[in-house]
Parts: sequence; structure tokens; C-alpha cells
Amino acid sequence: MNDMSKVEPPPLRFEAPPSTSLLAHAKHIVAENPVTGLAFGLFALILFAAIFGPLVVPYDPLASNTSSALKPPSAAHWFGTDQLGRDIFSRVVTATRLDFTIAVASVALVFLLGGLAGVAAGFFGGWVDTIVGRVADTIMAFPLFVLAMGIVAALGNSVTNIVIATAIINFPLYARVARAEANVRRGAGFVQAARLSGNSEWRLLLTQIVPNIMPIMAVQMSLTMGYAILNAAGLSFIGLGVRPPTPEWGIMVAEGASFIVSGEWWIAFFPGLALMTAVFCFNLLGDGVRDLVDPQRRN
Amino acid sequence: MTAKPLLDVKNLTVEFATRRGKVQAVKSIDIEVGKGETVAIVGESGSGKSVTSYAVVRILDRAGRVAEGSIGFSGIDLVGASEAQMRDLRGREISMIFQNPRAALNPIRKVGKQIEDVLLQHVQATRATAREKAIEALEKVRIARPQERYDAYPFELSGGMCQRVVIALALACQPQLLIADEPTTGLDVTTQKAVMDLIVELTRERGMSTILITHDLGLAAAYCDKVVVMEKGRVVETADAAEIFRNPQHAYTRRLMRATPRVGMALHDLLPETAAKVPAAPRPQVVANDKVAPLLLVENLVKEYPRPAAGSLLAKLTGRSEPEKPAFRAVDGIGFTVRRGETLGLVGESGCGKSTTSMMVNRLLDPTAGRIVFDGQDIGTIPARQFALTPLRRRIQMVFQDPTDSLNPRFTAERAILDPVLRMGTIRGRDALRARCEELATLVGLPVELIDRFPHQLSGGQKARVGIARAIALDPDLVILDEPTAALDVSVQAVVLNLLEELRQRLRMSYIFVSHDLNVVRLLCDRVIVMRGGRIVEEGTAEAVLGAPQDEYTKELLTAIPHPPL
Repeated sequence: MNDMSKVEPPPLRFEAPPSTSLLAHAKHIVAENPVTGLAFGLFALILFAAIFGPLVVPYDPLASNTSSALKPPSAAHWFGTDQLGRDIFSRVVTATRLDFTIAVASVALVFLLGGLAGVAAGFFGGWVDTIVGRVADTIMAFPLFVLAMGIVAALGNSVTNIVIATAIINFPLYARVARAEANVRRGAGFVQAARLSGNSEWRLLLTQIVPNIMPIMAVQMSLTMGYAILNAAGLSFIGLGVRPPTPEWGIMVAEGASFIVSGEWWIAFFPGLALMTAVFCFNLLGDGVRDLVDPQRRN
Repeated sequence: MTAKPLLDVKNLTVEFATRRGKVQAVKSIDIEVGKGETVAIVGESGSGKSVTSYAVVRILDRAGRVAEGSIGFSGIDLVGASEAQMRDLRGREISMIFQNPRAALNPIRKVGKQIEDVLLQHVQATRATAREKAIEALEKVRIARPQERYDAYPFELSGGMCQRVVIALALACQPQLLIADEPTTGLDVTTQKAVMDLIVELTRERGMSTILITHDLGLAAAYCDKVVVMEKGRVVETADAAEIFRNPQHAYTRRLMRATPRVGMALHDLLPETAAKVPAAPRPQVVANDKVAPLLLVENLVKEYPRPAAGSLLAKLTGRSEPEKPAFRAVDGIGFTVRRGETLGLVGESGCGKSTTSMMVNRLLDPTAGRIVFDGQDIGTIPARQFALTPLRRRIQMVFQDPTDSLNPRFTAERAILDPVLRMGTIRGRDALRARCEELATLVGLPVELIDRFPHQLSGGQKARVGIARAIALDPDLVILDEPTAALDVSVQAVVLNLLEELRQRLRMSYIFVSHDLNVVRLLCDRVIVMRGGRIVEEGTAEAVLGAPQDEYTKELLTAIPHPPL
């Protein structure tokens, strides 16, 4: 036999393993992979900042104080102050809520639209599949960030439209993953069995297919979350969507960019760091979520 | 035995590190394989028979390790050998054949080339002679026209052919020991016979030793010199093949033997001696009364599939279409009846159209032509997608082949069993539904406390019971059983078959039993239909068809069943 060392024997089968709670399972995963623990920790931090940030920050993020403008990081101003003397730490923490909300809203929207369209395409096939597939192809044909810019420019400069634009450019990703997963399962025995039980095709889709592809979609959501934050910040950076003086990471980086040459690096650096941490956290979280919901994929 | 054994496994214990601590998959076992000997390791799933063989060739996965004991192979200690030494031994001295031949072959490489690779790797051939030797190897495993097959890809060959190629690969370097891990599971019985005959003949010819790992006691006894029976990681009995059938020593071996369906047994004979001493009542003969209309009447049923457009890519691109091939007929004009309270067996090898027929009868698939009359109504005209919404749906149900695949992993057993009741039943209200579910669970022998569990928390037999409970939840008139025990161990199969028969009598259902296992069909069916290539080749009472077959094909099927020496 050629190269038998690559053949993995099947895992041992156990008789009816006792159920484990999600929490115990999460504990085990974190213990096994500390990086996942770090990701969960960062996520908790981001969540805390998003919910309680505006309440706990030391300064009003909008209050300018020209006497203390462009001060480097110090005990009074941890991240320094910007050209109007606003406390950057307060602004970075306060901005978390807005950026997080945009990301969550756009991911939720694309999950509903893309996920449902993809599942229907994979399950029903035929013309539904053709339409969803071509729509996804069309979106993919554009440079995605330029497309997002175009959508926001056309629909109007608002946070809602940033959410819509981010959702649209992520549509193909969700539609394709959901389509592939649904397509694999539509011939499964349990779907046939449910058909024999008198379920209509739509009910089959919603009770048999959708719950079974939720794990893979959860992983997908976690991964796109980082991308959505980056996209929202990118649009704000070029002046679309959120407007100054609202604290938002993208705008803050844009505002600070012109000061880097003159040596005031902290204005752009700290919001950029926050942005990077958030994206990093969501990407790592994807692995953790995958381990949590789908133990078979663990490597 | 005076001569030193070729393979000497002593006191072997294999441990797996799991989340719930260490699990011993194999517990201090001893196995000896002499030179030129054929030894079978028999056991049900989870008995540790495969793990033992993986330990011998040292391909346990990362979590597993040999905790104790020694494995000697012609003087070499395999437990202590370096990885480089093992690599050299694998393939050249010890070869292995796995269950799924298609998975063992590289799908995008010609089979001849794959044999060449092994020959070259172990310096059995030079580049100049490789092709010639590979064709010779194909010839030895009785592949017709080896010159042409050399250029075939695995997908172009049947399952049996692929297994022959795998055997050719395994034997290419003249190893001393061949380990065959369920080599014929999933193959048809006639193919199984051909493959097993080939393995035994080739290994005898070369004086090789063989370990056959199988769950089929009949197969083991028919082809091996010695049988090792394993249960839960331990060897419970080692004996000569003839001896073990005549005089089994261990209680587990006896139980396993009883549960293996054989000629001249009744259904309740399969159960362990301790259970149900009461002899089941003789099967009430279904009176052939032509005045009463049959429950199901199938006439001239046809299912055609269009053939994929043939021709090369170039021909497609240039638009030069080739002459259109006629559609493939999976089911080719068959007709049969099922009377009330009767069990009809639908028998044949893979690709004979038996599954397609059953899918059309239970209205998951639309027929191309023909009539399906159920209780006086032509149900073949109702499109499959709409049939789920008609009141007739509740009267035709089905038990699926794979109990795991047919249960939604996110539904509890209760939810699965009640699904048909919720959709088509009349019972409403939480307590009434719960009561009905408990009643059904009791009926199929599923402990009531298990109905809140998810499928992955149930054993194979328990999952099968959930599937049966779901099928009978609405008191159907006709239940189609699509190889309901094919994925189960024999002892579980014995219980499930008895359960099915009991339920049929109690609930006055008719069954269509689809199977390739003639021994099981004999036990359960009143009448049998033998199918081949989409047509019915023989039809009659179970006794007549399986006792005194008229058709050549039926005879071939019957002789291919491995018969233990009695």
C-alpha cells in the first residue's frame, strides 16, 4: 500500500456519550487552546466598551479644550489629546459602540438575506439557484470596497447606508457558504424522513436544513465581523457615512493622519490600534466559535 | 505450535487519551499468526478489532498509544521500531487493505501508475520494467484486459474492481502478512465472494499470512483457519474455524452465532437464549385471496434517467453533438402486488433498481411511466413534492437504512418521533403528545427516559428504534423497510428484526423489505422478488425462491453467501 502512514484510523465510537453543557465545553476549548481564550477575553473587553464605554470614560469625548491640544500620552490623558484638545482615550472607547453596532447590524442583515437566499438556492436548486448564483457573481465582479463606496454615495451619507453597503458586499460570501451546506444536506436521510412525515418543502427548509447549517454560519459571522468593522472604518476614513465630530475609529485615523508627519503620532495610532485589535479579535474568535459549535473540525 | 509465529501479539493494551481520561480500546490481548495462516478477528463495533490492526502497523492516530505489551513480527519488535523502520516494513512486509477501496485509491491517478509507484518505492521494479510489472500485477488479481485497465481511473471501475486494484497494490511487493480490514463490507455478495476467493487463493499461493478483520462470523468461518473473537477490547475466544462453530466456548461467541441469520432458523432463534423463552406463534399465512383487492398494485413501473451528454470536451465546444443515447432505465417495467398484512422482500445487488422502486412506491420519486395503485387510488400521478400534503402520506411510511443519517442531529428523539404526528396527526396538546411519544417508545422498546436525548447521545440500536417509532407513529398501512439493519451489528439486528415482525403482527401493517441479505429476507418475508438490471428475474414465496430457485441469477446469489462449515 502506498504511504499508509497518512491513513487516519476512524475515531473510537462510544456508546451514547453523556451530554456536556456548553459552558463546560467552552472551558475545555479555552484550556486546550489559549489563543481562543485570548480572543474570548478581547471580545468581552470590546463588548464591555461598547455597552458601558460612554459611562466610564474620564472625559466628554466631544468636549474640546484648546489649551491642552496635541498633548502626548500622559497620566491625565492616557492616549494624549488631538488638535482640538479632546481626550483620545475617551474618544476611542466611546467609538467602540458605533463601530460595533455597524458591524453587528450589517452582519445580522447579510446573515438573514444572504443566508436565506443561499439556503433556498441550495435546497430548491433550479431557477432559484440560478438567480442567487448570478446575483452573487455580479456583486463579486466589482472591487468590493469601491462598490461599497458607490452604494453609500448613491443612497446617501448615513450610518444606515453604511450598514446596507457592508451587508451587500458580504452577500456572496454568505450565499455561497449557505448554498453549499444546504446542497449537501438536501439529500440526507433525515430530510427524506421529514418529507415522509408530511412536512411541506418550506417547512423542511426551515426546520431541517437551517438549524443544521447554523454552526457553520456562526463561524462565518464571526469572521465577517472583523471585515465589517474594517469596511465601516474605511468608509468613514474617506469621508463617507459617519461625520465628525462623532467619535469613530476611521474618522479619527483620518484626522490624525495629517499630524503624523509633524510628530503627533498618537492621534492616528490609538484608534488604529483599537481597530486592529477588534479585527484581530474577531478573526481569532472564528476559530474558537468553530471549535465550540463543531468539535469534528477541531485540528 | 512448534514453529515460531510470524506475528506474535502479547499482552497488548492500547490506550486513547480522551477528554474523559484514558480509555483502553484494547485490553491485554494475545494473538498469534503463524506463517501461511489465515486468522480472522471477529467482533462487533467497538470491540477493538480495527485498533489492534492499526497498532500492529503503527498507524494509530495521535491520541492512541500502545500502553503495554509487545508486538513481534518475524523477530522484529514493532512497538519499539523506529518510524523509518516501520515505513520500510509497511507495504513491503506487512500490507493492509481497507474497507472502502475507492477511498484507498488516488482518484486522479491511473490505477496502473499507482501500482508502479509502490513498485518503484520499494525497489521492486525499475522505470523500464515498471509498466510491465504493473500489468502483471493487474493480471494476477484477475482483472480482465489488464492492458486497458492500466489506463483506467478509479472512478471508471466498479467497487469490486477497485478492491482488486487495492489487493494488487497490497500484494505488489510480496509481503509476508496481509491485513484486510472489512475488505468486502459494502460490496455485493457475489463480488464479496469473488474478492474473498481471490484474497485466499493469492495468499495461499504465496505462503502469506492473512488477518481478516470482519463483523461477519460466517465470512470468517468460511475463509479462515483460525478465528479470534473480540468483545469490548478483550479476546474472549480463539479457536479453529470449524471448531468454533461446532463447539463455541464463550457465551459471547454463542450469542454472536445465534444472532447470525442462517438457513433453517426462525426469527426468534436469533435472540439470546435468555430472552423471551416463549416461542413466537407461527407466522399466520397470508391467504391468497384474489377477491380482496391488494393493498398495493404496481403495474409496468418505469424510471428513466437521461444519460449525461457523451463526447469529448472538444466535441462539445465545437457544437458537434454525438448521436443521442437512449435514457438509462433504472427500473424497467416491473409489476407486483402487496397484499394486506404481507411482507414482500425486494432483493438484488446494488444498481438493480430496488431502492429506486421503493422510492417511487413511497412517493419520494416520480415514476417515468406505470401505475402505482394504493388501496384503489392511483398515487403515481400525484407529484412527489405534493404527496407530502395529501392525506395518503400518513398511510405509507418508511424506515431508512442508516439510522444516524435519517435523524436530524438537532432534534431530540421525542421531536423526531412526534414529527409526523405534529404534521399529520390529530393529537394536540403538550401532555397528549408526550403520552403518545412514550407509548410509541414503549412499543419499539426504547427506554422512555431516553426520548429527551439527541441522536448523538444514542447507540445505533436505539437510533434504529427511534426511526421505527417515527415510521409507525401514524399507524400506516404500508411501511417500506430499506435495509433497516444494514448499518447495525448482528446482535442488534436480531433484536430489531424481531421487533419489526412483532409490530407488523400487532399493528396489521404490510411491509416491503428491501435488502441484499438473503438470509434476513428468508426470515422476515412471505414473498420475494429478485431484481436485476431494473427487471424482476424471479418472484414467488420466500420458501420457493430461496429454497428452490429457478433463475440462474438467484442461484448465483444464494451460493455466494458465505456458509460456515457445519
